[in-house]
Amino acid sequence: MRIDRHTLGFWVVLLGLIILVQVLVSLGILSPFWETLLKIGAVMAIVSLGLNLIYGFNGQFSLGQWGFYAIGAYAAADVTYRWTQMNNASGLTVLFAAVALVGVAFFLTAKLVARLRGIDPLSAFALYIVATLIAAVIGVQIGIALIAPVTQLLATLPPGLALQIVYLIAVLLGGCLAAEVSYLFGLPVLTLGSDYFGIATLGFTIIVKVLLDNSDTLLGFEEMKGARGMVGIPKTTSWFWVALFLVIVIVLLRNLLHSSHGRAIVSVREDEIAAKAMGIDVGQQKTLAFVLGSLFAGLAGGLYAHINGFLHPNTFNFIRSFDPMIIVVFGGLGSVSGTIIAAFTWALVLEGFLRILLPTGFETWRFVVYPLFLLVMMLLRPQGLFGGFEFPYLRPVLPRPYVPETEEQVALVHAVEEATEGD
Amino acid sequence: MSTVTSAPSTSATIRDASAERPLLEIQGLTKEFGGLKAVNNFDISIYPGELVGLIGPNGAGKTTVFNLITGIYTATSGSIRYKGIELIGLQPHEITRLGIARTFQNIRLFPNLTVLDNVRIAYHTHAGYGIFDAFTHNHRYQKAEKELTERAQEFLSVFNLHTRQGEIAKNLPYGEQRRLEIARALAASPELLLLDEPAAGMNPKEVASLMDLIHFIRERFNLTILLIEHQMRVVMGICERITVMDFGEVIARGTPQEIQNNEKVIEAYLGRGATALSQKLQEKRGYATGS
Amino acid sequence: MNAQPPTLLERILKGKWIGKGFLLLVGLVVVWWVGGKALQSPSLFLQQIINGIQLGFVYALIALGYTMVYGIVRLINFAHGDVFMFGAFVSYFSVGLFQLHLWPVRVFPGLSPTAAIILGTVSVILLSMVSCAILAITIERIAYKPLRDAPRISALITAIGVSFFLEYFGALPFVFTPNFITYKRPFEIVTWYVKDGIHRLEIGTEAPPGSVIFSNVLIIIIIVSLILLVGLNYIVRRTKIGKAMRATAYDKPTSRLMGINVDGVISTTFAIGASLAGAAGVLYATAYPQVVFWMGIIPGLKAFVAAVLGGIGSIPGAFVGALIMGQAEVISAGYISTPMRDAVAFTILILVLLIRPTGIFGEPEREKA
Repeated sequence: MRIDRHTLGFWVVLLGLIILVQVLVSLGILSPFWETLLKIGAVMAIVSLGLNLIYGFNGQFSLGQWGFYAIGAYAAADVTYRWTQMNNASGLTVLFAAVALVGVAFFLTAKLVARLRGIDPLSAFALYIVATLIAAVIGVQIGIALIAPVTQLLATLPPGLALQIVYLIAVLLGGCLAAEVSYLFGLPVLTLGSDYFGIATLGFTIIVKVLLDNSDTLLGFEEMKGARGMVGIPKTTSWFWVALFLVIVIVLLRNLLHSSHGRAIVSVREDEIAAKAMGIDVGQQKTLAFVLGSLFAGLAGGLYAHINGFLHPNTFNFIRSFDPMIIVVFGGLGSVSGTIIAAFTWALVLEGFLRILLPTGFETWRFVVYPLFLLVMMLLRPQGLFGGFEFPYLRPVLPRPYVPETEEQVALVHAVEEATEGD
Repeated sequence: MSTVTSAPSTSATIRDASAERPLLEIQGLTKEFGGLKAVNNFDISIYPGELVGLIGPNGAGKTTVFNLITGIYTATSGSIRYKGIELIGLQPHEITRLGIARTFQNIRLFPNLTVLDNVRIAYHTHAGYGIFDAFTHNHRYQKAEKELTERAQEFLSVFNLHTRQGEIAKNLPYGEQRRLEIARALAASPELLLLDEPAAGMNPKEVASLMDLIHFIRERFNLTILLIEHQMRVVMGICERITVMDFGEVIARGTPQEIQNNEKVIEAYLGRGATALSQKLQEKRGYATGS
Repeated sequence: MNAQPPTLLERILKGKWIGKGFLLLVGLVVVWWVGGKALQSPSLFLQQIINGIQLGFVYALIALGYTMVYGIVRLINFAHGDVFMFGAFVSYFSVGLFQLHLWPVRVFPGLSPTAAIILGTVSVILLSMVSCAILAITIERIAYKPLRDAPRISALITAIGVSFFLEYFGALPFVFTPNFITYKRPFEIVTWYVKDGIHRLEIGTEAPPGSVIFSNVLIIIIIVSLILLVGLNYIVRRTKIGKAMRATAYDKPTSRLMGINVDGVISTTFAIGASLAGAAGVLYATAYPQVVFWMGIIPGLKAFVAAVLGGIGSIPGAFVGALIMGQAEVISAGYISTPMRDAVAFTILILVLLIRPTGIFGEPEREKA
């Protein structure tokens, strides 16, 4: 594979910036306050890239991103909490087995549904629900059986390494859980029209918040402590981890968007009926974008949970889901570069500088000013601050112009030119 | 059946088609919108290689027929068989994959994408690589993507759009947008092409070149075409058989000449009592053009 | 052609029996659960139903605004719930600070006390309605009108922005403050209990066990809602502006060609919807006497769900949907778990959209151009 100038430049700048931050952190020049903000910025970039995939590229107006973020955060936090505070791998094994089996159940149900031609959406959904329930119950049992051996195995490793391993798997599992929930939720809901979809996903975020408020009573996870907030989560999210995940997400997203699958996703946003007429399975593309976007949200949630070591349901209030929305809108719908820049700007300027510079009363004005920004933005520059700008590496490559070569091709072009000279 | 068939045997006189199986066979197709019958008991048979016109006054239900064939609406009753496969109940994308492509009355391109991407999207179903190849941009992706792009470019050259590959579709002039839409439909490699008023909004010169183009693609891609059109010049000029609809029903079928003189058709277009007037007009026109 | 009889599997698929069976199962579990608890204490169940009616009528007034606006401009007016909040606060100030409800007594000292209370309450409600209408017209002119030809999503984001703005502007310390405020009713509450006939419940006493309680708040809510509903129905069906509204909802460009002032009609629709929400705000605050800047969010969302449930764009639909939502809320709060009532509301929404996307009274499929 040939590496062109743009790609090289992009990587040099990106890795340079990441290493620079790491060096500044290691030398103690960057205070923990700013380090945390940078981490939050990266986390928000991941959530917002997920939302941009769903909304900016696929055209599905989702207010559910924050709910999936919450699911990822709490799931990952529970796994590491159980490892550090309860000294067992119960969270890890149970969640892993359940997520894996539910994934298998989805796969098998999808095959079954494809075979049952002409099945209505409600019946298909019912089959999925039943399959998920069965798989989850079996998965939990398998997970419980695995607790003891896995705990022993991990105990043989050095504690620091074991924690990092548990943490990494926890974040990935949080993402996968969010993705699976989004798949199940998306089955019925993605067929709705755009604003019905918006309101249903908003409902989802509210349901998640209600469940988290009562996580200790309704869900039975006492360590989550419901509305009092979950404490004692290890603070394992370092700059290295967030940067690594951000880079992976950017590359995956870029590669997807520059492929036929990416074009199919975008075609759904452009014109659903025309996309269908081109043979594109619109439902499949919506599901792909929604699940992938939710996966990113879940991963970001897992990273977020381990930054402060503290989680509170109020963080996942649907009002806060405004934050990724404003980042996506400001960065530009359908712009990866814009989203990344906007996310870091949001963290550093709004959460950082403004808090330091402005008097304390600003806190109460914050949510008065945000919506005004948004309104002005919608009225004056609906395409976002950066418009369709992309860094060269993230821009789609236009192939070399077509030059007819063979005699037949040349003759064809001439014939057509004659046939169409009228316009 | 309430419909009047002017000359049921005409198709056989044009092509020895009665011996073949029809490519598309619609029987008793009915679509109701809350009590209103947009299409009522519609029948048509289209044989491989034919170019059939579907005409009728505004609101006659022509576009609804297209939407029923392509699965955008689900029929209330009746059957649509394509190569013997029942289309009713299939999803639009499944129908496209069987080999039916269409254009739209008011152009529906992917407006913010490039000309090239508009055509490449039509190739998605046979892109030849999976989602993991897309994520990793591996060799399989590289190879398939290169092939796909070259095919799309060659395709654009057939429509004299290859110099425009990087332009955003919505910035193209109207005539080129129409051509791009036809190009995109053909990129889905159909056997049956449904054209919904391709000449709408074109000036006479553009219409002439459009007619050339339709002839050209029909030969080159071995197509069967069903065409909705308002401009009589186009319909009469290129269609071999015509079906006329009014109020959702078929009121006449036949060759262009037969249709031109069909009283019911004239009535549908001009109202009752217009037949005599139209005959006069025709005599006059015949006089004018005949000289 | 194919004379083969359909197999059992085909018949199951054709009849959508898997989904129906699943729903039936879920429904049976719910009925069994709720019914069991209801049989344990029928009077408590009846009490829940009455509470549900009270809530349902308030939701109905809010839902009407959603359904009308959506019917005409296809916009989920997120700010509608905050207009409702504004209405409640206007009445809080008019009663608490300016004692508007007492003007009949002051101006006409000879008026009978009942008439004075009715007159006072009506003026409090009217003031809220008018203020909300003005607020809604302002919002519509500033935020929505410039975006009328923009993609619908832009308008939706704008609506969310307006909603947040109203809430957090209200939360400023010198506006409505971020705290719960106790609401003073414009009339005294009177409570009755039903057990072997209707008895008045003296203040400070307990109703005997097994009785069902209701208050004049319930009666006022029902009466006011019904009057407004009938009035709205009259406006939409019988007046010229109503005809213009229906025409605009059906086809904007053609209405414009017919000489209808479409912008004016849209503003009027917003104003009527908002005034109903303002009335709902007053009634809600008298029923649950606390006001706070975010009080409009959840009732607003529930009312929207009610509008979708009944079939968006349909006035009777919004009404029936709201009554269903009211019952669903109190029953889920009473018999499942109080915090789950919001979750139940949205679960119902998703189920309804799955089974009948156009809602109970929704229009059938219309041909797209």
